[in-house]
Amino acid sequence: MTIIDPITLTVIQSGLQQVCNEMDLAFVRSAFSPVISEALDRSDGIYDIENGELISQGELGLPVFVGTMQFGTKCVIDRAKNLKPGDVFIVNDPYLGGTHLMDVRFVKPFFYKGKLFAWLANTGHWPDTGGAVPGGFSANATEVEQEGLRLPPVKLYKEGVLDEEILSIVLSNIRIADQRIGDIKAQAAALSVGEKRFTQLIDRYGEEIVKNSIKELKIRAAKQMRARIKEIPDGIYHGEGIVDSDGVVNEPLRIDMKIRKLDTELYFDMSGSSPPCLGPMNSVIATTKSSIYLAIKHIFPEVPLNAGTFQPLHIEDPEETFLYAKYPRPVSGCAAEVSQRIAESVFSALVKAIPNQLFAAPAGTSGNLCLGGFDPKYNRNYVMYVISGGGYGGNPNEDGLSNGCSTIGISKTTPVEVMEQFYPVLFEEYSLHEGSGGAGKKRGGFGVNYKIKIIRGNAKVSMVMDHGRFGPQGVLKGKDGGLNFVKVVQSGESYIPPHFSKDQNILVQEGDTIHVSTPGGGGYEDPFLRTPELVLLDVLRGYYSIQRVKELFGVVINHQELTVNLEETIKYRKRN
Amino acid sequence: MTQIVGIDVGGTFTDLVFVDTNAGSVEIAKVPSTIANQAFGVMKALESAGASLTKLHSIIHGTTVTTNALLERKISRVGLITTKGFRDVLELGRRTRPKPYGMTGIFECIIPRELRFEVVERIDSDGKIVESLNEEDVKIAVRKLKDAGAEAIVIHFLHSYKNDLHEIKTEKIVREIWSNDFITRGSDLVAEFREYERGTTAAINAAIQPVLSRYIDLLQEKLKEGGYTKDLLVMQGNGGTVSSSIVVEDAVKTVMSGPASGVMAASYTSMHSGYKNVVTYDMGGTSCDVGLIVDGIPQVTPELEIEYAMPIHVPMVDVHTIGAGGGSLASVNDADLLQVGPESAGAEPGPICYGRGGEKPTITDANLVLGRLDQKTLLSVDNPVSIEILRDLLFKEVGSKLGLENAEETAAAILKIANTNMAGALRLVSLSRGHDPRDFALFSFGGAGPLHAIALAKELGIPKVLIPMRPGITNAVGCVVADVRHDYVNSINTPLAQTDMDQVNKIFSSQIALGKKIIESEDVEIEDLLIIHDVDMQFQGQTHILNFPVRQNKLTRESLQVAFEKSYLDRFGVELPEIRAVLVNLHTAIIGRRKEVPLTALISKKYKRKKIEDCQIGTRQVWFETGWEKTPIYKREFFRPNFKFKGPAIVEQLDTTIVVEPGNNVEVDSTGNLIISI
Repeated sequence: MTIIDPITLTVIQSGLQQVCNEMDLAFVRSAFSPVISEALDRSDGIYDIENGELISQGELGLPVFVGTMQFGTKCVIDRAKNLKPGDVFIVNDPYLGGTHLMDVRFVKPFFYKGKLFAWLANTGHWPDTGGAVPGGFSANATEVEQEGLRLPPVKLYKEGVLDEEILSIVLSNIRIADQRIGDIKAQAAALSVGEKRFTQLIDRYGEEIVKNSIKELKIRAAKQMRARIKEIPDGIYHGEGIVDSDGVVNEPLRIDMKIRKLDTELYFDMSGSSPPCLGPMNSVIATTKSSIYLAIKHIFPEVPLNAGTFQPLHIEDPEETFLYAKYPRPVSGCAAEVSQRIAESVFSALVKAIPNQLFAAPAGTSGNLCLGGFDPKYNRNYVMYVISGGGYGGNPNEDGLSNGCSTIGISKTTPVEVMEQFYPVLFEEYSLHEGSGGAGKKRGGFGVNYKIKIIRGNAKVSMVMDHGRFGPQGVLKGKDGGLNFVKVVQSGESYIPPHFSKDQNILVQEGDTIHVSTPGGGGYEDPFLRTPELVLLDVLRGYYSIQRVKELFGVVINHQELTVNLEETIKYRKRN
Repeated sequence: MTQIVGIDVGGTFTDLVFVDTNAGSVEIAKVPSTIANQAFGVMKALESAGASLTKLHSIIHGTTVTTNALLERKISRVGLITTKGFRDVLELGRRTRPKPYGMTGIFECIIPRELRFEVVERIDSDGKIVESLNEEDVKIAVRKLKDAGAEAIVIHFLHSYKNDLHEIKTEKIVREIWSNDFITRGSDLVAEFREYERGTTAAINAAIQPVLSRYIDLLQEKLKEGGYTKDLLVMQGNGGTVSSSIVVEDAVKTVMSGPASGVMAASYTSMHSGYKNVVTYDMGGTSCDVGLIVDGIPQVTPELEIEYAMPIHVPMVDVHTIGAGGGSLASVNDADLLQVGPESAGAEPGPICYGRGGEKPTITDANLVLGRLDQKTLLSVDNPVSIEILRDLLFKEVGSKLGLENAEETAAAILKIANTNMAGALRLVSLSRGHDPRDFALFSFGGAGPLHAIALAKELGIPKVLIPMRPGITNAVGCVVADVRHDYVNSINTPLAQTDMDQVNKIFSSQIALGKKIIESEDVEIEDLLIIHDVDMQFQGQTHILNFPVRQNKLTRESLQVAFEKSYLDRFGVELPEIRAVLVNLHTAIIGRRKEVPLTALISKKYKRKKIEDCQIGTRQVWFETGWEKTPIYKREFFRPNFKFKGPAIVEQLDTTIVVEPGNNVEVDSTGNLIISI
């Protein structure tokens, strides 16, 4: 192998990155699914010719896909035959390196001068892929078949031509199918953009140099990751994450995370976690691994992404647990919820090792709520998604962000004014979830409350959320963040889902309301160490009541003057 | 019209261009900006250019007062009156975080929660009143805001873009109780849906109104004292000007006006040199700004996020800022790879060569080691650093860690990486929008731009580079040439097949009428009116929109459909006959064109030489990718129009240094610009 000078190496590194960023941009700007175009629930990348390992991935891709797409690409490679330029495979099988069924992957062999050189792939979240529940987030499926249409890798495009027969099978099995052709074309076009730019890159620097650079960059990324891991003190660190329930059996599921750090390597052992579950909170292994990768990337954001980045992370297959789902276990909750609990368990373990580089647990739920119904005014069916943020955990330097996006996402919510234009609903409230920030020297950020009123027709509401039973973890004596809460008022009667955060197909009609409050972030360090003036500001802003701040932060506020009573505060803090 | 002054206040300097069209003369001034009160710097610049205030016909002013107030949060106390249930919309945003990875970072809401009040009222998405306005609630809110010391008020109700009745009623009640000059109605400023973005834009407007008002009053007073009686025009982020008499009303439109005037100057200058498609590239000490001009029209965006959680939804020249400037730091990361930026040495300590104690290599240091910048300038700083020390530091901090041979190799590597990164960013923010770089020219300015322009053009396949006569004062030139401009946007949001085209034409007509009325009221001398329409469209079900220009007199459903499909295919390479098109927004820009300012005036009449050979002031060794070359140094001020020469060359002028690579052909055009063919 020719030695490549470090300058060329950097140039090619940013060249590969730019190819992926352009794919990301092309996909998101032309997509139809609002989950892709607004919520950015997609990812584009370049993968190794033989084993599908990650070569480069777009910087604006959804974090949960950082690790999954290489597994998905590998599964296509293993099955692909008779490859021609212009072929594009479609696949959404969760057990073949996927997440949930709604994440549809397109995988395209990339040829350079007639020879297979690498693979280009992207994933996009479709608003529906059939199944029992509009939108796909079934809360109590017990088999994957109930969750929707499952596609093995098949060629959707053959030498650049869309296969109308396969297309018709797909479109006959999903809801609101008429717009999907737009997403399919956008998703395929993004890969074509990548093809063009990648070809230009190789034309310019030559096949050998690009090939060898890719190899070398992998080695360098591993080296960079190891340099960061080395700074963590050797030892074994325990963390955990608890999922409210699986949606079917009303019992918590526990992730037992044991991280062993030795020299430059990290070993992840989750074997003590709960066994496979009946409901859809099982995680496929690709998603389980990817969740650990994204947690580490959140801790060390500056390390670039390629297969080398993951090399020092050794993940033991958690067989016999709900984190290693096999066919036909239902999995619709894995990408959006279980993934975030896995990340939380990694954070809660490593905060013990490197507290100054970590933070308390973020809200960590995607807050998926789906309303599917019929609008008599326009005589049409609709599927409306609401995603929500929650508070982030406090960190050594600042309070947590309010209404931050899920750890696994970078998606924006849809404006109320847009939802009301498209669907027969009226929002009566969209506000800050007061009191939900976990108390701490640096407190957690706040979640959101919203209240939706149905103004026409009937609908069914389903939701897959989490942290309804246990709040996001506070750390180093910080308190947990506030809980997720759901209530549906049907003809004046309140209904609270027995599983708190998960339920499906609850019937609602004109005048009924849906109430949701999302979790706040965990607190960081002892709340009694929080500066009293900051606590006063929290009271003035209505984040907490005067009574609550006394209990939580040990700060006594003079009711009349709205000032800190320093003397009483010191006394109270000493006593308790 | 004879005497015009353009003044641009930047972070470091206040630049002024004083054009006397009768005398055919031009004066230039550069004085330090007075940050605490920009008016002093402005007055100083006028004085230093020898402008007599009593004789001036117009002053066009670009100020950073509002941009700085926002970025430094030196804003006024603003109160909010909003729909019941929605007072936290501005604080909650749209569930974003500052960066894709990393769970930290926070932002402070422009209007603090204790100053946000709710009133009972509700309008639905069709504009129908669901719940009437509770006027008593409004009165209570106003009194509370007054007591709490609010200086400005925002009225922001859901769906007011569709029906503004409640907002108007509320404003009336507010005025009855409290005569306040700073009241912003959300729908008045932005008649588009999306409550967070509209509300934030309104909040920003209110937060900077008092700041801008105080500044303009003070400046007016100073100008009046000096005998200036004409109106003062202020630059806006859309690249146009507005009379100071009404600028405070829509204060938010002055944000980012500095970069916008740079693009306006670029557009004006390039058009006169015969280039209609231009990428503008302004590189300074800490960042560079990139803009795009297509068919002679600077591209405008309806939304810009000036920092995390601060979106502004009024039309602004689409300028992207990239974190690469002369002060960008070079380092070697844990992967043993060279990294340049985004960290910057800033002004303090600055690059090593500034002699202010900086010890980390920067792009500027690399240019110096390679002879691209004159090493003699090292002597002119307060605590000179020798070239040997500079070379040693470069090699020690970067080169040795990469296994490079020496300081020159290190410097070359730093430039290569910096140029690759900048070219990548340029490609992504501009050229990836379906444009072919080979149809463009690169217009380069700013102190550091011309050092890198040719390398970037080569990287991007851009065939021509244009360096204006005065690269260091381009923004001030932009002020002088900018037109009066007002933008209007109205949402339609219906499928094209069901769109009432009479209604569309009516909206365009009323937008034109509004703009004309405003321009008349401004009492600014203009030559003629230019009206530009464009529309936002999408396929049904999409959330992103595609913006493209249209001509009103030819507007039919069919022509819109065809134009949309073509733009879509050009941009994304996709055809979608299966899906219906939707007309989302109608935009109109009314531009009052001011009398042309001859650019030849920018060529100073002094010191001209007869032949190109006479312009050479020396030679030095300069590094190019092909190696070191003994390179002639020219003095820009000596050039005459139509001079031609061939690279390699270094052209030095007061405000910048231009690197011409071996083989490039350079021509001085009739207005003094350098046109470099790659």
